[in-house]
Amino acid sequence: MKRLACALAFATLLPAAHAVEYTQVQPDKSAVNFVYKQMGVAVDGKFRKFSSQLKFDPAKPTAAKASFDVELASVDTGAAEGDEEVAGKAWFNTKAFPTAQFVSTSVKALGGNKVEVAGRLTIKGKTQDVVVPATFTAQGNTAVFDGAFTIRRADFTIGEGAWAKFDIVANDVQIKFRITAATK
Amino acid sequence: MATQHYTSTAKALHWLMAILLFGLLALGFYMHDLPLSPDKLKLYTWHKWAGVSAFLLVGFRLLWRFTHRPPALPGSMPKFMQFAAHAGHLALYALMLAIPLSGWLMSSAKGFQTVWFGVLPIPDLLEKNKEVGDLLQTVHMSLNLLFVAVLVGHIGAALKHHFIDKDDILIRMAPRHSKEK
Repeated sequence: MKRLACALAFATLLPAAHAVEYTQVQPDKSAVNFVYKQMGVAVDGKFRKFSSQLKFDPAKPTAAKASFDVELASVDTGAAEGDEEVAGKAWFNTKAFPTAQFVSTSVKALGGNKVEVAGRLTIKGKTQDVVVPATFTAQGNTAVFDGAFTIRRADFTIGEGAWAKFDIVANDVQIKFRITAATK
Repeated sequence: MATQHYTSTAKALHWLMAILLFGLLALGFYMHDLPLSPDKLKLYTWHKWAGVSAFLLVGFRLLWRFTHRPPALPGSMPKFMQFAAHAGHLALYALMLAIPLSGWLMSSAKGFQTVWFGVLPIPDLLEKNKEVGDLLQTVHMSLNLLFVAVLVGHIGAALKHHFIDKDDILIRMAPRHSKEK
């Protein structure tokens, strides 16, 4: 009897759970940051302007979709001359390639509040497959998604010429993001 | 009267730091105006490593100074000159401490941590903050200009003592010939 009661209770709850879908990204509570290494020393940077689309239902994580458009000229490397340099031809070449884009292709549920988002990342006209582990924390009608993954800047020819070597600025760049999204 | 020399350690510290600080000053003024390049970042990193080294040497030097009394100034020096000499040395020590400190704090505020020789991370005392970073950059620059001014006085005074007053002020900081004594 108890089991049946449970099952019934669950069955009535489920449709409600399905209705929870986080789609309204709140840009002011979201962030795209990165960490790069300069002669072995980690330095933080961020992008001030980006937009993100999200469809995430905790009950059906595998059906989730996420995408990012990052305005590369809004980069903050921590120094004004760095921002200028990185927008230039050798790095992002923002005149020719103003945005970086991430589009999810599939989402795996890893149990608990962990997911793994596979997707395609395009920067400076080059596309790479990336896998992004992320966690989500739901609070009322908003959910916060945090994730981090590492790219190699050389895969996107970010930093050419004198910067192509990795002795001063390392190849690995960690991208960290946070998306805060509300239900409709 | 036999020349009263500084201790060999005090001399070694003095001349080692003279070379190091002139190198740091020259590098600091030179690298500041370079266009951004991998070499510029490398020079900044070296400057920071050398600055931390200078700070540690000053610390050791002060310890040595407090435990080893330097030879007294010649009695022939007027009182106000003696006072000026002490004040000048005090200013040099104060600046040798304040300049690396301001550089370190500036690095912290600008978000570029100092890692001594790429091995020993020096903690960031300040949060990353652009305004504070820019302010500390001005402070670091001003202190260095002041340091250059005091150094000109220091070197000028040493030369005046040697060539005009013809006393042993410069000689007693010079490397000793082992034959004397």
